[in-house]
Amino acid sequence: MPELTINPGIEFRNTQLELHHFRLRLAIMGGFVLVMFVLLFARFAYLQLVMHEHYNTLAEANRISIVPIVPNRGVIVDRAGVVLAHNYSAYTLEITPGKVGDLEGLIDELARIVDITPKDRRRFRKLLEESRRFESLPIRTRLSDEEIARFAANRYHFAGVDVKARLFRQYPQGELFSHVVGHIGRINQREIDRLENDGELSNYRGTDYIGKTGLEQTYERFLHGVTGVEQVEVDSGGRPVRTLSRTPPVSGNNLVLKLDAGLQEVVYRAFGDRRGALVAIEPATGSVLAFVSKPGFDPNLFVDGIDPQSWNELNHSPDRPMVNRALAGTYPPGSTFKPYMALAALTYGKRTPHQVISDPGYFMFGGRMFRDSRVGGHGSVDLYKSIVVSSDTYYYMLANDLGIDAISRFMARFGFGSRSGIDIPGESEGVLPSQEWKKRRFRKPEQQKWYAGETISIGIGQGYNAYTPLQLATAIATLANDGVMFRPHIVDFVEDIRTRERTFIEPKPLRKLEVKPEHIRVVQEALVGVNKEGTGRRAFAGAQYVSAGKTGTAQVIGIKQGEKYVESRVQERLRDHALFIAYAPADKPKIALAVIVENSGFGARAAAPIARQVFDYYLLGKDVKPVKDDDDATHD
Amino acid sequence: MMPRTIRRISHLLTAHVDGLLLGAVLLLMATGLTVLFSASNASLPRVSSQLINMLVALAVMWVFANVPPHYLMRLSLPVYVVGLVLLVGVAMFGEIVNGARRWLNVGVTRIQPSELMKIAVPLMLAWYFNRYEATLKLRNFLVAAVLLVVPVALIARQPDLGTAVLIFASGCYLLFLAGLSWRLIAGIGATGMVSLPFLWSVLHDYQRQRILTLFDPTQDPLGTGYHTIQSTIAVGSGGLIGKGWMKGTQTHLDFIPERTTDFIFAVYSEEFGLFGNVALLLLFLLVIARGIVITANAPTLFTRLLAGAITLTFFTYAFVNMGMVSGILPVVGVPLPLISYGGTSLVTICLGFGILMSIQTHKKLVQT
Repeated sequence: MPELTINPGIEFRNTQLELHHFRLRLAIMGGFVLVMFVLLFARFAYLQLVMHEHYNTLAEANRISIVPIVPNRGVIVDRAGVVLAHNYSAYTLEITPGKVGDLEGLIDELARIVDITPKDRRRFRKLLEESRRFESLPIRTRLSDEEIARFAANRYHFAGVDVKARLFRQYPQGELFSHVVGHIGRINQREIDRLENDGELSNYRGTDYIGKTGLEQTYERFLHGVTGVEQVEVDSGGRPVRTLSRTPPVSGNNLVLKLDAGLQEVVYRAFGDRRGALVAIEPATGSVLAFVSKPGFDPNLFVDGIDPQSWNELNHSPDRPMVNRALAGTYPPGSTFKPYMALAALTYGKRTPHQVISDPGYFMFGGRMFRDSRVGGHGSVDLYKSIVVSSDTYYYMLANDLGIDAISRFMARFGFGSRSGIDIPGESEGVLPSQEWKKRRFRKPEQQKWYAGETISIGIGQGYNAYTPLQLATAIATLANDGVMFRPHIVDFVEDIRTRERTFIEPKPLRKLEVKPEHIRVVQEALVGVNKEGTGRRAFAGAQYVSAGKTGTAQVIGIKQGEKYVESRVQERLRDHALFIAYAPADKPKIALAVIVENSGFGARAAAPIARQVFDYYLLGKDVKPVKDDDDATHD
Repeated sequence: MMPRTIRRISHLLTAHVDGLLLGAVLLLMATGLTVLFSASNASLPRVSSQLINMLVALAVMWVFANVPPHYLMRLSLPVYVVGLVLLVGVAMFGEIVNGARRWLNVGVTRIQPSELMKIAVPLMLAWYFNRYEATLKLRNFLVAAVLLVVPVALIARQPDLGTAVLIFASGCYLLFLAGLSWRLIAGIGATGMVSLPFLWSVLHDYQRQRILTLFDPTQDPLGTGYHTIQSTIAVGSGGLIGKGWMKGTQTHLDFIPERTTDFIFAVYSEEFGLFGNVALLLLFLLVIARGIVITANAPTLFTRLLAGAITLTFFTYAFVNMGMVSGILPVVGVPLPLISYGGTSLVTICLGFGILMSIQTHKKLVQT
C-alpha cells in the first residue's frame, strides 16, 4: 500500500484500530444471533413443552379437514324470466401441474383414454402460464360417462390427475346478450390482488371464476355468494370419512333485468348482417329495454379460458365483435343533434318557434361555404320545419348565433360528453366539444384555439362531436320524459334466492333539466312531425301509434368543400353511418331508443325501419318481418 | 509415483476446502434428505432429485472455494450492474410464473435475476466500502444505501417478499459491519419507533388485518392464517421427543401446506420434537460460528464485509423460516437453508459457503 510508505506508524495503528472496531461489531452481531436463537428456542419450548398438551389434542382432533364449498353463482334472467346465464354441473378432468413431472408426456398418455383435442392443449397451456403450480387446472371439460369410466379404470397411472364435478356457467342465448350480460372467466393474479385488498380473498377459496365483463363483472359482489365451510373427518390416508359440521354456502343472488329477450332478438334480426348498436330505454324509469351491439360473440367461449385461435379470430376480425359499440363506440350524432340544438335556441332566446329564416342551400361563413344536404335548400324554414325536413342551413346559422360555449353548456345537461353511469363497465365519455376540451385535447397552441368556423358544423352534429349510442338514447329518453333524466340501468332488481327479498335498483331521477315545458313541447311536436310528414314518414307509414323521431347521418370521411357525397362511389367501410333517435307513443312515451347502423348511408333508410320494428313489437306485440329498405328517401 | 499422484490430487481437491464448514453443511444436508423423505411421503424421485441438487451445489461450492477473493472483487461491479439490468428487464418483459413476475427469458434459458442479486448485492457493497476504505464518510453510506434499496425495491415489487427481505438484511448487516455510526443507528431506530403508530394509521384495512392475523391466526382460518395454524399445531404436538420419523400426523394427513419447501421445518419439528429442534439450532449455530471466525480473521475489508454478510444472511434464512413456521414471524417465502426442497436457493447458499472457504484458505497467499 502506498500510504504505508508515507506514514507507516499511524496507518498501522489505524488499521489495527479499525480491525478492533470491526471485530467488536462482529461480536455484537454474534450476540444478536445467539439472542435470536434463544428466542427461537424459547418459542419451541413454549409450544412443545408448555403447550404440548393443547397442540397434541388439536393434532389428534386434526383428522378434520376444512374444505371450502363453492356457492352457486346467481342466475341472470330477463324481465319475463328467460334465462340469460345459469349454471350446470359437469365433470372435468383436471391436472395439478405441481404434482406432475413430465406434463406433456402425461397429457399424451391421457389422450389415449379420453379425447383431448389440440384446442384443449392450447387452452391448457395458456391456463398454465397464468396460474400457480398447485392449482388444479382443467384439461378437458364436460366428460362423457364413458370417458369417466375409462379414466377411473386407469387412474392409478395418473398421479396429479383428478375427475372433479364442477358447476359451469352457461349463456344459453349465445351472442344475443354478449355485450350486456358479459361473461365470467378464470381468476387471474390481478383479480386475486384486488380481492385481497378488498378482504374478499378467503371468500373466493375454491372459486375459480369471476365476472370479467358486463353485468357479470358489475354485479360480481351479488352474484358470487358466500363460500361455505365443511369440516370433514379424514382417515389416515387423508380420504374423507364423514362430514362433521357444515356451514352451508349461501348462493349468489339472482339478477332480474328489465331487458326483454324477445325485443333483443327482434333488434338482432332487424340488423341482419349489418354492424351497429341500439339502446332502448323506458323514459319514465331509465330502465334499459334492449341493448344491442352488433356483431356480438359467443360468451361461452370465455368460460373455461378461450383457446388462442378463437381469441385471435375475435380480436382480428375487421368487424371487431369484442367492441361494445353501444357504450364504448363513439359516433358523430349527425342530424339527431338538431332537436337539442333547437331546444337550446329556445332556452337561450336565440330563436322563437315561428321565426323564419331563408335556406338557400348553403351558409357562408368567413368565405367558406357550408352546404345543405339538399341542393337548393328548403326555402323558408321555421323551427318546426327545420327539424321535420332536417335543414342544415338553419342549424349552421343557429350554431353561429349560439356560440360554442352555450352549445356545450346546454348539451352537457343532456348527458352528452359524460358517462351515463349505466351498470355495465367500459363506458366511453365521448366528446362534447368546447373551448376547454380543445385546450385539453391538443398540445400545440395553434391547435388549442377554437375557431368560430368550427362551431358551424357542430350545429348539425358533425365536427368534433362524438357520442355513444347510449348517450344518444339517454338524451332522447330525457327529452321524451319532459326533461327528467334517469340514470340508465339494465338490472331491475337483485333477488335473494332464499328469502325472495328484492333489492330494486332505484329509478331515482338524476336531475330535472332547467328547460321550459313549453319549449320541450315545441321540439316534441316537431319530432312527431318527422315521423308523420318528414324524413321518418316512410318508415312509420301506417303505424297504429303516434311516434316521434329524428333521422341522422354521420360522416365517416370528411367531404371537401364544394364536393358532394355520392354513396356509390365510396368504399363500404367509409360510407356514412345511419342514425335514428325515437320514442313512442308520443303522448305517453313507453320506449325511447337510439340506433346506429354502421356504413349504411342515410338514417331514414337504414336506421328508422329498425326503430319501427322495435316499436311494433314492444307496443303492439307484433313481430313483423323486416320492411324493405326505403329507397326513396334521398336525404335525412 | 502413485501415492504422490494421489496425494497431489487429494491436495488439489481439499486445499481450499474448510473441513469444519463442509462437515456441518453435509450434516445439515443429510438431515434435509431425511426429512424430505418423510415430507414427500417417501417419494424417491423427490429425494433423488434433491440429492442431485445438493451435488451440484457442492460442486459450485468447491469451484468458488478455489476462486481467490481478488477475482471476486474484480467481478463485483459488473455482476451487480448485470444483475440490476436483468431485474429491470424482469420488471418490463418478465414471464409470469405462479402469479409473480420473477423470470426472464434470455433466449436459451430462463433465469431468475433476484437469486443472482443475493450474492451480487453483498459483493457490490463490500467492493464499494473497500474502495473508499481510507476515506469512509457519511456520504459513502448513503450511496451504499441506494445501491441496496434499488434492487430490493425491484424484487419486492415482483413480488418476492422473501428474497427482498433476505437481500435487505444482508445489506443492513454489511452497513453495520462497515461502521455505520451508532448515532445514526440510534436515530433510525428511534424514528422507526416513533413513526410506528403513524404507520399503523396510514395502513389499509387489509394490511392491518394481515398483521393482526399474525397475532391471531384464527381470524382468517381459510386464508393466510391456515398455514400458521397448521404449522404451529405440528410443532407443538411434536413435544419433547417428537412423534418419530415418518409418523407425523399433521404431515401425513396433508395438513401442512408446502411441506417439502417453505414449511419443511414443521415436518421436522413434529417428527423430532424439541430435542431435534435443539440439535438443528446447534448445527446452524455451528455453521454461523465458523462463518464468524472466518470473518474475524479475514485479511481485507472486502473479504471481512463479504464473509460477514454471507454468514449473517445464512442466519437470517434460518431464523426467518423457523420463526415463520413456529408462528412468531409473518409468512414470507423463505426456505429453510440446506433443508428445504429446491435447487436454486441451495446453490446460492453453497456458493456463499464456497466464498467463505475461499476467504479462509486464500488469506496466506494474499499480501495485505
